[in-house]
Amino acid sequence: MTRKGRRWAIVLVCGVGLGSATALSLLAFSSDMVFFVAPSDLAANGQPGRSLRLGGLVEAGSVHRVSEGGEPVAHFRVTDGKASVDVSYTGILPDLFREGQGVVTLGTLRPDGTFRASEVLAKHDETYMPKDVADALKKAGMWDPTKGPPPPAATWNAMATRTAG
Amino acid sequence: MDAIALIAPRAGRGLHRFANPGRFLRLAGAVQPWLTGSAIIVTAIGLYWALFISPADWQQGDAVRIMYVHVPAAWLASMGYAGLALCSLASIIWRHPLADLAAAEIGPVGAGFTALCLATGSLWGKPMWGAWWVWDARLTSVLVLFFLYLGHIALVRAFDEPQRGYRAGSILALVGVVNLPIIKFSVDWWNTLHQPATITLMGAPTMALTMLWPLLVCAIGFTLVFAALVVARTRAAVMERRIRALLMARSEASA
Repeated sequence: MTRKGRRWAIVLVCGVGLGSATALSLLAFSSDMVFFVAPSDLAANGQPGRSLRLGGLVEAGSVHRVSEGGEPVAHFRVTDGKASVDVSYTGILPDLFREGQGVVTLGTLRPDGTFRASEVLAKHDETYMPKDVADALKKAGMWDPTKGPPPPAATWNAMATRTAG
Repeated sequence: MDAIALIAPRAGRGLHRFANPGRFLRLAGAVQPWLTGSAIIVTAIGLYWALFISPADWQQGDAVRIMYVHVPAAWLASMGYAGLALCSLASIIWRHPLADLAAAEIGPVGAGFTALCLATGSLWGKPMWGAWWVWDARLTSVLVLFFLYLGHIALVRAFDEPQRGYRAGSILALVGVVNLPIIKFSVDWWNTLHQPATITLMGAPTMALTMLWPLLVCAIGFTLVFAALVVARTRAAVMERRIRALLMARSEASA
């Protein structure tokens, strides 16, 4: 074996070893790598009093904004399609907060099964579309942002050129 | 670029070492003006298109324009690291002298693009998510990439004898490669605040074409800027090394 061949062998063996070690550690820690838990996880094994992040979609028609003692309080339900949790939050919500939007809330589960959030982050999806396209889709009845993600981009890209031309 | 000539196996001894960098200097000297010129023109067109002509997003408004800098910077941060790792491989396997220099010069450029990606991401995150920074898997793995770049920059320059620095740096760079798939797939493997990829190899991009085209032009422009910076820095490093060798030879001759 040449010296070059030996160096190749060393690099490959180290690469395989390091790669599998990393993969195994990531697998072992995968439950700690998640940024938030879903409402169905919380329903299965949520412990009241522990601080955690709850993430999911804001359920359509569930948002109620009230004023308690001069402070804006928002009540809404966070759902993952299987389970949903009542969340209350005192403070100003991010601009992107709306029904059907993904959110991540930091807070604690209370004994009555509701979630008291101290922080609400909006999570936007990987779709980007201009306002006129979104309006056209909503007008055509092809998409309701409060109900779920938009249809595939191929359908509205074709529509956008049709309306433009 | 004559990739085969650059990566071809070399004995790497004596005067032979500098034969290859010499060819690189001639080639890179001819390419540099075109590379720099096209980098400036394409980036200017892309940024003007992205910042002034392309439409605002339906829910993010004008803040979406940060994407046209953030996404190309993020791609280049990862691709630059892949280039750094390839140079390190060529350095370890073939002891290629030009790969050593190129690796040392990619580091600061890649770190700059990673810093740009982190800074624009933070500026984008505050108005959209409501937080400058969160410790989710995507953001954390990109921060690790930034530290890998910084570590490489420091390591290759930390030794009196440059060869030892190059060797240590290339080992660090190759070990750091495990971070690249983690960055790429972090948004798919774990739930993160950062959204998954819009543009994927399989499947259509989930983005309006009026936004996709300026993004692609910006990405090409940023890639040309990256290449122009690396080529210019590597040329300077080769010339610096030659000047040092000449000065050494002269001082030895006069002594």
